[in-house]
Amino acid sequence: MEPLHALVTLANFVIVPAVAYGSQLALGALGVTLIYGILRFSNFAHGDTMAFGTMAVILTTWGLQSAGIGFGPLPTALLALPVGIAVAAALLLGTDRVVYRFYRDKKAVPVTFVIASLGVMFVYNGFTRFVIGVDDQRFADGARFLVSARGFRDATGLDEPLVIKSTQAITVVVAVVVVAVLFWFLNRTRTGKSMRAYSDNEDLALLSGINPERVVTYTWLIVAGLATIAGTLYGLDKSFKPFTYFQLLLPIFAAAIVGGLGSPIGAIAGGFVIAFAEVTITYPLKKVLGYFLPESLAPDGLVQLLSTDYKFAVSFMILIIVLLIRPTGLFRGKSV
Amino acid sequence: MKKILLASVAALATTGAHAQDEPIKLGIVLGFTGPLESLAPGMAAGAEMAMEEVSESGLLLDGTTIESVRGDSTCIDAAAATAATERLITSDGVSGIVGADCSGVTGAMLTNVAVPNGMVMISPSATSPGLSEAEDNGLFFRTSPSDARQGVIISDVLMEEGIESVALTYTNNDYGKGLADAFQSAYEEAGGTVTISAAHEDGKADYSSEIGALSAAGGDRLVVAGYVDQGGSGIVRAALDSGAFDTFHFPDGMVSQALVDRFGSEIDGSSGDNPGTDCPGAQAYQDMASEAGYDGSSPFSAEAYDAAALILLAMQAAGSTDPASYKDSVMDVANAPGEEILPGELEKALQILADGGDVDYVGASAVELIEPGESAGNYRIVGFENGELVVEGYR
Repeated sequence: MEPLHALVTLANFVIVPAVAYGSQLALGALGVTLIYGILRFSNFAHGDTMAFGTMAVILTTWGLQSAGIGFGPLPTALLALPVGIAVAAALLLGTDRVVYRFYRDKKAVPVTFVIASLGVMFVYNGFTRFVIGVDDQRFADGARFLVSARGFRDATGLDEPLVIKSTQAITVVVAVVVVAVLFWFLNRTRTGKSMRAYSDNEDLALLSGINPERVVTYTWLIVAGLATIAGTLYGLDKSFKPFTYFQLLLPIFAAAIVGGLGSPIGAIAGGFVIAFAEVTITYPLKKVLGYFLPESLAPDGLVQLLSTDYKFAVSFMILIIVLLIRPTGLFRGKSV
Repeated sequence: MKKILLASVAALATTGAHAQDEPIKLGIVLGFTGPLESLAPGMAAGAEMAMEEVSESGLLLDGTTIESVRGDSTCIDAAAATAATERLITSDGVSGIVGADCSGVTGAMLTNVAVPNGMVMISPSATSPGLSEAEDNGLFFRTSPSDARQGVIISDVLMEEGIESVALTYTNNDYGKGLADAFQSAYEEAGGTVTISAAHEDGKADYSSEIGALSAAGGDRLVVAGYVDQGGSGIVRAALDSGAFDTFHFPDGMVSQALVDRFGSEIDGSSGDNPGTDCPGAQAYQDMASEAGYDGSSPFSAEAYDAAALILLAMQAAGSTDPASYKDSVMDVANAPGEEILPGELEKALQILADGGDVDYVGASAVELIEPGESAGNYRIVGFENGELVVEGYR
């Protein structure tokens, strides 16, 4: 039984949270990487796009809830997702029309786009705060736990709890579905193929008759979907607060760069690398070792590799090491 | 401004009547500009109300009146604060100083001006534990508690509930770190064990790693020295969801209605504390303040009234306006034994002291000075039952 206890503890505090967090980061990083691959700039407004889309979802959710419409044991927010995506898409396409197209026509260098996206970030940022405020908003409803601490203890007779929140399960399931659909779209459909062609070689793609504006429009539509879904899943699992979404930008970019900017598979891998790095390296092994080792050898100290203060340092160390050894990231994206 | 003018006019009038010496001048050095500029007016009004009350009684040192001289501490600029204090002492000739408000400038004023000039300073709001150890020659007091005090309060509350091992997390800034250190040393001294003391950053995306570390270290309760609108709530949410902890202790940054709204009955059985007093003086002071036309519930306004009152009562007890002689009386008038004095009863206190009696100044914030001259601090202890915040007592 003892090793089983250790495994359950590890699963509860390391594996389950890291998988859920990793999925959220992966979806965010996918959006960043698509924009980098196809539009060729780092979109700093991505975190606030997530916040904006999530805000639309929250407002729709509240509307549905007050109309008495629910989704059974699932959160009502999933029903509101299409509306949120539509609103976010309208915002992104509008921004592209007003801001980015101007620079595209002028064939501006990427750094101009990056700075423009910084400005867009502040505008979104203010707009979201203006509409929904700066406070925490909770909008999760439906069943809270798939496996609850007490339920697990009663069912298995173990001392250690294992908790799987329904939002964690939904996060992983939705992330898998979204990634599968995205890869099918990019690899099998005509539009997806034209997007990849445009990403690989713009001039060649133009020569073969691909309409660049169409590619750009599709990219923004997909990005709106990814950002809104990632933001909503994150908000369901934790809570919605505009400032936190702004802060999410950092781990999301770290994930995209570690995986290789421009590479969708890399973005997913990067998300999980960053999430697991943050959680595992700072996890004290005291309890786990206590279950494995005989009592006389059980550690007194925490057996913690690094204090949790350093968790961000860990992700950035990984980032630096990856960039030193493989400047294009784990999955050979475009060089940064 | 009008009040000061009136007070000055009154001062002049009484001076003439009694043919006394010059009025006693008291300095008020607060951050009238800077980060605490919204609090300074309420504090200054409190201090000046005490001065006015004493002037009107005509009992202090046989009818001397008091005149207030304001100086700007800026809260953050130590050079400006020292210059203002220097001016008050050397050019205005004050006999005591109420101030300053922020801990940093208070320390600078004390070391650079007050101690070399032998001037008494009573701060209404500097709470840094560092000031307890400052070299002050017995010249420095404060009517607010040191954050070290809250550490002891938390330790006592937990020990009385029989909780001898806790995990501790704090928001990564001066407040969180100072409080966490103060609590840890008090708790360990009392025989408790802090299994881990881990910082958390505010406004971060994910707290799984912090919760992982806190839960692995274990403990009967989790002490969350954070902010309810910031990472503190994120930590509590993650701890509850993962089954890592079910009960918590919430220091002052966490205790609020928002906490109850957010977690409801999930935090039943937890405890908390925040500054507060139920002493009758607090209510009396607020009534007096609203009559005078300002908000007496503004933070540290009551403490400022008490600071000015203490200086004046100490002068009366010592029979002198010389800081070197009245500095030793401050502790005497503030503490038992003696007749308890509430706000608005300064006249009575002056009379008792004039007759050679003893007073125990309670004032608006239930003042009880402990060594080395700081408020013992009054905290409200709360519990959480059935999704409601319940006041369990004051200490």
